[in-house]
Amino acid sequence: MTDEPLLRVTALSKYYGSRIGCEDISFDLWPGEVLAIVGESGSGKTTLLNCLSTRLLPTSGTASYRMRDNQWRDLYRMSEAERRFLMRTDWGFVHQNPADGLRMTVSAGANVGERLMAIGDRHYGNIRATAVDWLGRVEIDEERIDDEPRAFSGGMRQRLQIARNLVTGPRLVFMDEPTGGLDVSVQARLLDLLRGLVTDLGLAAIVVTHDLAVARLLSQRMMVMKDGHVVEAGLTDRVLDDPRAPYTQLLVSSILQV
Amino acid sequence: MSTPATDIATYNFAYLDEQTKRMIRRAILKGIAIPGYQVPFASREMPMPYGWGTGGVQVTAAIIGPDDVLKVIDQGADDTTNAVSIRAFFQKVADVAVTTETAKATIIQTRHRIPEHPLTEGQTLVYQVPIPEPLRFLEPRETETRKMHALEEYGLMHVKLYEDIARHGRIATTYAYPVKVEGRYVMDPSPTPKFDNPKMHMSPALQLFGAGREKRIYAVPPFTKVVSLDFEDHPFEIQAFDQPCALCGAEQVYLDEVILDDKGGHMFVCSDTDHCETRQACGHRGHLSPDILEPAQ
Repeated sequence: MTDEPLLRVTALSKYYGSRIGCEDISFDLWPGEVLAIVGESGSGKTTLLNCLSTRLLPTSGTASYRMRDNQWRDLYRMSEAERRFLMRTDWGFVHQNPADGLRMTVSAGANVGERLMAIGDRHYGNIRATAVDWLGRVEIDEERIDDEPRAFSGGMRQRLQIARNLVTGPRLVFMDEPTGGLDVSVQARLLDLLRGLVTDLGLAAIVVTHDLAVARLLSQRMMVMKDGHVVEAGLTDRVLDDPRAPYTQLLVSSILQV
Repeated sequence: MSTPATDIATYNFAYLDEQTKRMIRRAILKGIAIPGYQVPFASREMPMPYGWGTGGVQVTAAIIGPDDVLKVIDQGADDTTNAVSIRAFFQKVADVAVTTETAKATIIQTRHRIPEHPLTEGQTLVYQVPIPEPLRFLEPRETETRKMHALEEYGLMHVKLYEDIARHGRIATTYAYPVKVEGRYVMDPSPTPKFDNPKMHMSPALQLFGAGREKRIYAVPPFTKVVSLDFEDHPFEIQAFDQPCALCGAEQVYLDEVILDDKGGHMFVCSDTDHCETRQACGHRGHLSPDILEPAQ
């Protein structure tokens, strides 16, 4: 084991013309750690996530990632080929809308197997066995392996998307509102599943959410964003139980009680 | 303007103007230099509809010379509408000799078959291609498929084969079967039956592919490796037929089903008509050949 972080972000800023997407964000992410980024709509959390996952190029600042060989690499100076390879092996990206992250016209098994085939697996039997195994781990019945995701419910699609991302054993997963658009009971199951997987696999994850309950359940650490800036960061329990910034206090007190 | 004595039409030689032919030749040369790579070119309007071989006709027009001998086949046959009209077109605009014999032709324009008779050095096979992009049906974005070719990200092609096996228990793709050319580019061999894929491998003939509507030209130079994609546990296989050709008795050739009546009668005959006729002329007979019936009369 190493006592170095996995991802190191320094003074990251993204401007859309003169408007601020996010500004001067710095943090370290450690292996096996789940970081939640919370904030209201338009606070820049998705911009930040897209910059970190190299789907967007930031205006300034750096993000370095420790590769599997312990070499530090600047994400924004890697070649596109390296970046895309990283994204489909060592990283995962779970979209809010599963249709964005799945191939809706190919079967569930092929969706899970795609990454394996992309890194050169050419044995149908092995690919299928791995797909069956992963469907089981995300609680999708093995019989559904040849069905297209179109025939799946929203919760199943989201679980399939998670399996598709985790099949190559990534070390870092980005999640953009993973429970958005799901009803509460399905949300609870998905969170339970995610929490189990993250712990079992020792995944590091960056989870963007506006739902403080998701942050509480999944993350060890959280950052609260407003207008493109981090207004408060710290251990999740500390931030939620003892919010210091006025905005965080407002956010915590706006949670609806049943 | 008086008609020249050669009875050639008053078009430019081979219909296209010289600048256009030059542009197409440059695309062809680039295609040959990068086997399997789809070279964009400024496809012209041709006096025929898209889907009838506008790409192939432009490639042929760019490479044909007065000394060439042209053969045109459509699904292996020399005598169908498409083949007859393209052959007549080049007779009219280039006044070239035409043939139906594979061995005599220098340029063979083909729609979906490679002749059974082995091709030789110096021959050129021109394919008419409807959709040049093998990844198209899985990835609709052109920007993305180009990037995938550039970065050699071909996992998606196997997703298609995986789907075949998952649904049908075997790779059910029978035509336009994807190949990898010279270990680099994945290429769509146009909708030729996969039966012909092995003939592309290390072929002594030059193979040119023209897609008119999609405006792409690509090429496989002579003696180039062409490998059909497959899985380790589901290797590539070509079609096999349980009976020989009904007219010439040929085996190990690609057969077409021909319906004989409305009572379910049918027969299988060579799809390559020239091959079938040549064999019959040499005395080969199948079980439905007219000559066999004669002794009974």
